[in-house]
Order: sequence, then structure tokens, then C-alpha cells
Amino acid sequence: MRLRQGQFSFLPDLTDDDIRAQAQYAIDKGWAVSVEYTDDPHPRNTYWEMWGHPMFDNPDAAAVVFEVNECRKAHGGKYIRVIAFDSTAGWESIRMSFIAGRPADEPGFRVVRQEGEGRIVRYTIESYAMREPEGRRYA
Amino acid sequence: MTETPQTETELPRPERSECPATVDLAAAFEESGVREVLAELDATMIGLAPVKARIRETAALLLVDKARRQMGLATETPTLHMSFTGNPGTGKTTVALKMADLLHRLGYVRKGHLVTVTRDDLVGQYIGHTAPKTKEVLKKAMGGVLFIDEAYYLYRPENERDYGQEAIEILLQVMENNRDDLVVILAGYADRMDRFFESNPGFRSRIAHHIEFPDYSDDELLRIAEIMLGAQNYAFDEGARSTMAAYIAARRSQPHFANARSIRNALDRARLRQANRLFNEATGPLGAEELSTITEADLRASRVFHGGLGTDRRLQPAAE
Repeated sequence: MRLRQGQFSFLPDLTDDDIRAQAQYAIDKGWAVSVEYTDDPHPRNTYWEMWGHPMFDNPDAAAVVFEVNECRKAHGGKYIRVIAFDSTAGWESIRMSFIAGRPADEPGFRVVRQEGEGRIVRYTIESYAMREPEGRRYA
Repeated sequence: MTETPQTETELPRPERSECPATVDLAAAFEESGVREVLAELDATMIGLAPVKARIRETAALLLVDKARRQMGLATETPTLHMSFTGNPGTGKTTVALKMADLLHRLGYVRKGHLVTVTRDDLVGQYIGHTAPKTKEVLKKAMGGVLFIDEAYYLYRPENERDYGQEAIEILLQVMENNRDDLVVILAGYADRMDRFFESNPGFRSRIAHHIEFPDYSDDELLRIAEIMLGAQNYAFDEGARSTMAAYIAARRSQPHFANARSIRNALDRARLRQANRLFNEATGPLGAEELSTITEADLRASRVFHGGLGTDRRLQPAAE
């Protein structure tokens, strides 16, 4: 099951040129672009691991593509995303976020049902990958 | 280093739009704005004839290469890394700035900014510090030109644990793999750069353009001096002009001569003396003429006319 998170996630995977174009857009807007990775695909997992510092002063997106590729080398089997942070007053938050790398095999999510008081049933989802400990989730 | 599995599904990309049958080089020359850069180079830089010729050749090569690519004849990005060798003060940094502009106009670098670094910016102070530092600088320079001044300091053969070697390896790797993304210009004094290239053959082979900066002649230095003064709204009077010519001839034979930089320093000191002279001698109100004229006396006071830099300091320690 393909993970659908952030922008462009219903499109085919972005090529390096696509990533470059998107990152350049963010840089031209003055946003700080950074690369992050995780092996916990849960949609509520907002805090991914940072790959290096956010790139505040790189005028060209080649640096972003370079870092994405470096991250792929080190964490090829994990999810990698590119985010752009807008520091302008009033925004001060992530303006762009898209997946730039994903594991070859994505097992997807299962529904977990929990019996509550009376006849209440609470539903949640859990990634099949999460059954394995960290670092062993994707091959 | 391991190759990661290709996770992208390749999109069928639209074919390159059909190639033009002919190419008008003159029009491309006009259009790209290369002419302005070359004209500016001619106008602002005195002398340096071989350097200008090499830059002109490089520009022509890149223009032709660009045309060839439009016609589908060439696909590889040419190697654009350069080395500028020459004595101090021969205009290496200034030309690098122009080069960045030129490459930007020709479309070989996307942004055309120049990032000037020295050893300190690339090499770290402890184990594990160098790689991130070098990569940070390289990332900053991507899309532009990385100018490494005094590049031979990167390599210190006398200390085998020196971190400079690590920076060199990263540089070489990025120079090779990210040729589309940045152009590296190494600069330094000719003899030391030669030794640097000898001990790092990888660098020599990755650098296509070796440009030698000749020393300026005395006439050229005099013209440079006048332009420098003109830029600050100063001028020589008649006596000062001939004194300056004598100064240049004398200065050249003395140690630590740094071409245009020596001239700039000499002029700075002359301005200092001029200010001092005006302050001490002026009796009435001064006009613009007096305030902006460098006279013979301002130059004559220089140590260069009194036996050179070293002797002077010993003879009259509180001079000037």
C-alpha cells in the first residue's frame, strides 16, 4: 500500500528534477528547506528524524537534491521527505512537505479494534511495519 | 558506498522538442549577454592579455557547446573547473567574479553567485568536523562558483594526519559527481599550486582550464593606480604621476611585491599622508582641488624611496 502523505503523494514518485523544481520554488519563496526521514509511517507521526540542518542559506536547490541523495544512501529503506519552513510572522510553520523516498515494500496498515465500556468499539490503525523494532521495519 | 535501489517509477518523459537545423552563433552571442561581460572585462581590467584571451576562448567554446547541445550533438556537460595561478595581486578574485557572471549568462551555472573560501572554511578542527563543514560550503556554492583561494594550503604534506586531505577527497568527489551543479575555481601562487597539483594528481585531471595570470608591467600598474584613485575621486598632479612611476619601478625590486595590491596599499598610505599634510599646512579654506590631489611629496615620503621596507624600520622606527 503506497503511503499517501503530504503534497504530490497521489502522483508517481518524484524524480530528482521534480524535487529540484519544487525545492527551488520553496527557496525562491525564502523558506528553509530540510530533509527528514523515518521508518514510522503513521500519519500522526509528525516529528521525523532530521537529516542535517535545515538549509537556510543555499540559493540553489541542487543542494537539496544532493542531501536527499545522501539521505537515500544512508536510509534508503525508509521514508524520506522534503519540508519547507516559512519563518514569516503569522506563518511560522511548514509550508511544503512531500515524500522524496519510500521503502521498496510498504506493507500498509491494519485496523485495530478496542472493546470499550458497553458496546463501544474504538478504532485505530497500526502499520504492519511497526510490529518490528526500530531499524528492522523495512528490510 | 552502496547503490540504493531505484525507487522511482520512471515517467515517460516527453521527447526533446525537435532540434533546430541551423544555429546562429552571432545571435546567440548577443542574446546570452556574453558580449557585455567580455566588454566589461576589457574595460575594467588593465593588461592581463593572455587571461582575457583564454576567457574569450572559453566563452566561445561554451557557446558552441551550447549550440551543439541544442542540435543534439553533445550531451555531456563540459568540465568547467578551473585553476587560476599567478602572483599576488594579479586580479584572480576579480576575474573569478566575472567568470561566475559569464557562466551564469551562458547557462552553465544556475545562479551565478561566487562563494569565496579558504582552507579555514573547508577544513575542520577535530575528527569528524571536516566532512560536514566542507559539504556545507559545497552546498552553499551549488548553482554557482566556488572559489578556493590559496588552495594549496588544503594539502599539508608535513602532517600526515592533517584534515585537509579529507576536504580534498570530498571536493574531488563532488567536483566529479555534481558537475552540473557547481564550478570550482582553485587559485594560488603558481609555484605552490604546481606542487599542490603534483601531490594531488586527481585535481589536475579534473581541471580543464589552467589559466596563468602574468605580472603587470610598470605601465599597467601606473594606469591601475590612476583608475584606483579616480574611483575614489582623487588624482595625481604632474609631479606625483612621474613619482608614482618611479615608485612602481622601485617597489617591484623589493620583497613582498603584490602587484595591484601593493599599489592599492601605497595609495592608501599616500592618502593618509595627504590628509596629514593638509591638516598641518592648510591656513585657509580648502577647495575640492586641494582635497583630491595627491602630490609628489605624499609619495616621496614612502619607505620605498628610503632603502626599502626592512632597512627603514631599523633606521627610523617611528617614521611616518
